Amino acid sequence: MSKKYATPLLDELKKGAFPSFVKEMEMAAERSDMAADLLGLVELSYKEKVTHWKHGGIVGVRGYGGGVIGRYSDIPDKFPGVAHFHTVRVNSPSGFYYTSDAIKEICDIWDKYGSGLTNVHGSTGDLVLLGTRTESLEPIFAELSSRGWDLGGSGSAMRTPSCCVGKSRCEWANIDSMAITNDITHHFQDEMHRPAFPYKFKFKVAGCAVDCIASIARADMSIIGTWKGDIRIDQTEVKNCETKGMNIQTEVIDMCPTGCMQWDGKQLKIDNSNCNRCMNCIARMPKALRPGTEQGATLLLGSKAPIVTGALMSWVIVPFIKMEPPYEEFYELVGKIWEWWDENGKNRERIGELIERLSFPRFLKEVGLEPVAAMVKEPRRDPFFFWSEEDIIKK
Amino acid sequence: MDKEQLKKIIYELVEASTGKKKLKQSDILKKVAADQGLEKDEVKAALRELVDAGTLIFTYFGGSFIEIPPKQ
Repeated sequence: MSKKYATPLLDELKKGAFPSFVKEMEMAAERSDMAADLLGLVELSYKEKVTHWKHGGIVGVRGYGGGVIGRYSDIPDKFPGVAHFHTVRVNSPSGFYYTSDAIKEICDIWDKYGSGLTNVHGSTGDLVLLGTRTESLEPIFAELSSRGWDLGGSGSAMRTPSCCVGKSRCEWANIDSMAITNDITHHFQDEMHRPAFPYKFKFKVAGCAVDCIASIARADMSIIGTWKGDIRIDQTEVKNCETKGMNIQTEVIDMCPTGCMQWDGKQLKIDNSNCNRCMNCIARMPKALRPGTEQGATLLLGSKAPIVTGALMSWVIVPFIKMEPPYEEFYELVGKIWEWWDENGKNRERIGELIERLSFPRFLKEVGLEPVAAMVKEPRRDPFFFWSEEDIIKK
Repeated sequence: MDKEQLKKIIYELVEASTGKKKLKQSDILKKVAADQGLEKDEVKAALRELVDAGTLIFTYFGGSFIEIPPKQ
């Protein structure tokens, strides 16, 4: 089939070993005018080195303040198919598990009302449907919600929480990350669908410190599984690791960030009081080492990607918390943090930026968290000290 | 306070701000709760009814705001 527009610049992106979004858009263009005009508009943007999208505005479904990202073209006469090209964010299930029937259902709805293009999943964690018109939004929402789906978060709201696969597929998970994510989603429906914050707020739940979802760099609140007590050691399996060719000294002992491990060729010893629970040794020798039995989570706050200002990493605010239903202690703390942010935050100021502006000691004091030495700024790098003279004298 | 009366107060606040300052949901909750001596949750419930009815809408312009919908 002949192309609607010549796209020499986009064609360059079809070369090379990797799958190309241009190829996918061309396939969609065979049956979708939106996708065909999208190719033309993107080609023009590449040529002129300027975007032709206008962002934001009054776009959404009744009752919700999020879930739809408004996109309009600034040259609708030239590319009428993408005069409106709104994104619909669909709340993803915990761990991104779908049945093939569920995916077919979503795609059928999207073929009916949208461009047929999706980038499952977007960096937000939502199932992202790309390109529809304003008048199609309510019908899409009606069809999605009648089948048990819901929109995700956008704008100054709690965003769709996301997590690793946790205990469903990983023996290292110290918390049930999928159950926690599901509970947070249901508990904070209002905060997700009716934006009331100074800016966005993201939860990401990782089962352990390996942090497969990079929550420590991407979530305003990172919930990372950890444990109390001693790492469980199976000395026979440690020996087996060596027999199978592992160099325990260089691959495990020398890699320990706190230097709390010793190996004499016969026995592995761990000074658990100096272990920072980074999971490196456990990930290297999963049969030989296992986390301690008292499991819970470390809560960290404040990371973000560089948007309005530069990137931040999360800070430890609660070194250990039990994360078991109904999560009362956790929800109470989140409520206090949000109240403090609401009272003090400026428009478009993330919680991490606010803490940097007003100081960590002030945050702890006003939220009611007792300072402890384990509250580490950017874990594994810089210990964070904030003792006042008065504190030292008192102790 | 009667909920319909509260909804009217919220609507008038948003109307008075139109063209001058965009109000976030939290701005409305704080202002109305303080002025009327109410709990924020009570104001929030009334605001939610206004949004559900389409009398007020959420908009996004570098942040999420509550506004009166444009006339068709």
